[in-house]
Amino acid sequence: MKTFSIMGMMLILLVSSAWAKSTLIKVDGSSTVFPITEAVAEEFQKKNPGVKVTVGISGTGGGFKKFCAGETDISDASRPIKLSEVEQCLDNKIQYVELPIAYDGLAVMVNPKNDWVDHLTVKELKKMWEPAAQGKIKKWNQIRPNWPDKEIHLFGPGADSGTYDYFTEAIVGKEHASRGDFTASEDDNVLVQGIASDLYALGFFGVAYYEHNKDRLKLVPVDDEKDSNGKGPVLPEYENVVKGTYQPLARPIFIYVSRKSADKPEIQAFVDFYMKNGGALSKEVGYISLPDKAYELGLNRFQKRVAGSVFGGKSQVGVGIEDLLQREGK
Amino acid sequence: MVEGALFLSALLSVFITLGIIGVLLFETLSFFGEVSIIDFLTDTQWTPLFSEKHFGVLPLFAGTFLTTFIAMAVALPIGLISAIYLSEYSSDRVRTTVKPFLEILAAVPTVVYGYFALLFVTPLLQKFIPDLSGFNALSPGIVMGIMIIPIISSLSEDAMHAVPTGLREGGYALGSTRLQVALRVALPAAFSGVAASFILGISRAVGETMIVAIAAGLQPRLTLNPFVPIETVTAYIVQVSMGDTPYGTIEYRTIFAAGMSLFVVTFVLNIISYSLRKRFREVYE
Repeated sequence: MKTFSIMGMMLILLVSSAWAKSTLIKVDGSSTVFPITEAVAEEFQKKNPGVKVTVGISGTGGGFKKFCAGETDISDASRPIKLSEVEQCLDNKIQYVELPIAYDGLAVMVNPKNDWVDHLTVKELKKMWEPAAQGKIKKWNQIRPNWPDKEIHLFGPGADSGTYDYFTEAIVGKEHASRGDFTASEDDNVLVQGIASDLYALGFFGVAYYEHNKDRLKLVPVDDEKDSNGKGPVLPEYENVVKGTYQPLARPIFIYVSRKSADKPEIQAFVDFYMKNGGALSKEVGYISLPDKAYELGLNRFQKRVAGSVFGGKSQVGVGIEDLLQREGK
Repeated sequence: MVEGALFLSALLSVFITLGIIGVLLFETLSFFGEVSIIDFLTDTQWTPLFSEKHFGVLPLFAGTFLTTFIAMAVALPIGLISAIYLSEYSSDRVRTTVKPFLEILAAVPTVVYGYFALLFVTPLLQKFIPDLSGFNALSPGIVMGIMIIPIISSLSEDAMHAVPTGLREGGYALGSTRLQVALRVALPAAFSGVAASFILGISRAVGETMIVAIAAGLQPRLTLNPFVPIETVTAYIVQVSMGDTPYGTIEYRTIFAAGMSLFVVTFVLNIISYSLRKRFREVYE
């Protein structure tokens, strides 16, 4: 009995000392940025066993709500911070440093057995997704007359995600404006499952999730019908995104670091690690990394604690890498 | 002392029920302060999370109705037939072994049923119905029916088993076959219990959440086609409460309005079940 209680006490001591030692970094936000942050967090924790990094998925909007309430240290975002969120942060005196970490292409996908869709134009996508389409555009042959007379089933990220915001802005022309009768889920794996098991499905999400499910999905080239940035339909491949021809569905993605947390040594170490390894890791998990210069500039911004967003609270479609670098360099 | 404690715990559950109704009512009233009840009941679109908001609850109820109908179409015949078999035909040994196994069906976590529907039943059905979408009402409906079988079979069997043997013997004495006794003597005599089990099954199907949230598609649309994605009232409530809809907004209150309407439906069902039980109860001896 006695030995038991002694062992018990030792155990408690051991646990509590381990508890005290480990420091926690809280990250939450976009499911699109999640794979990169998760990969970085994993590598980082291997090198720094005392630090625990938790990465949540609440969507960009949900992430910023927690971030601006001071609940998280870092927020993953698949679009720049919005004006309403800037104000929210301001109310709670939360300042932040904005760091672009990669480029993402939004992939438009159909079932692999779908043999009629060879490409889609932005206009056709708009016709499918705009609010006026609700209850009206129901069949494939309403998009192009020679497509099947079958119901079209749409899949997309939930209304809380930055991917949804960006897609509606880029395709419909107004953020948050889309039809409501599509299958919406914050979990991209649900969308993969939905499209992969439904011949008449069409959906969109970050190209990285496509990379992991290549054999279960078919990528659709998108044509914006502007010859200035690539003629004809374009696929979201590395070169097209970097050259800026996969428009309007390519965008930079970010992490936002709380100014208050930035003074903690573990956060400094994490961000430093992120900027130095984020490029390689983002490529590994299926994203398009930024030029090395961008990460240097980012780290520089972080070290100088340049607060605020270079986008002024507005979402913007078609920000190229050059453009991004220029804005960041300022 | 003992009586007081028992009384208090009985009272507690009453107060909890009243508290739930109170919260529902309060939030629902503030919802209807902003959205007219006529819109709520007649608009055919449900898009409270999007920029063009419509608050027509019909698509959600169409989804609930559809999945409930399919579930009952599966559970009623199978449940009733197994109840008749267990009560009228099987030997006592079969009855005492089979019944607990049937009841295990009710003990499987619904999340397991949900993935069973999504990853097993749907692909299986797609072999016969090529046009079936990956998310649809049919597969969760069927699986929900399987889940409800024990509610119906077990309660109906209890009711039929309680019918006095004298009645059956009277039937046999008049020269009836076993089937005639089962269907024309035992079943009518146990009608109140059987009907109550049906309604309990329907309530269960209407309120079922996890299976439809996983396998039915989260896509509110006004249709009675079982092959396409739909969304039920309960699945919508889950979708909103798992997302990051801020507290106190109109989007947030929609879940209370939806929950209230659902509550009204199950409440009415329970009242029907109660009155059925009272009205058709056959008291013997």
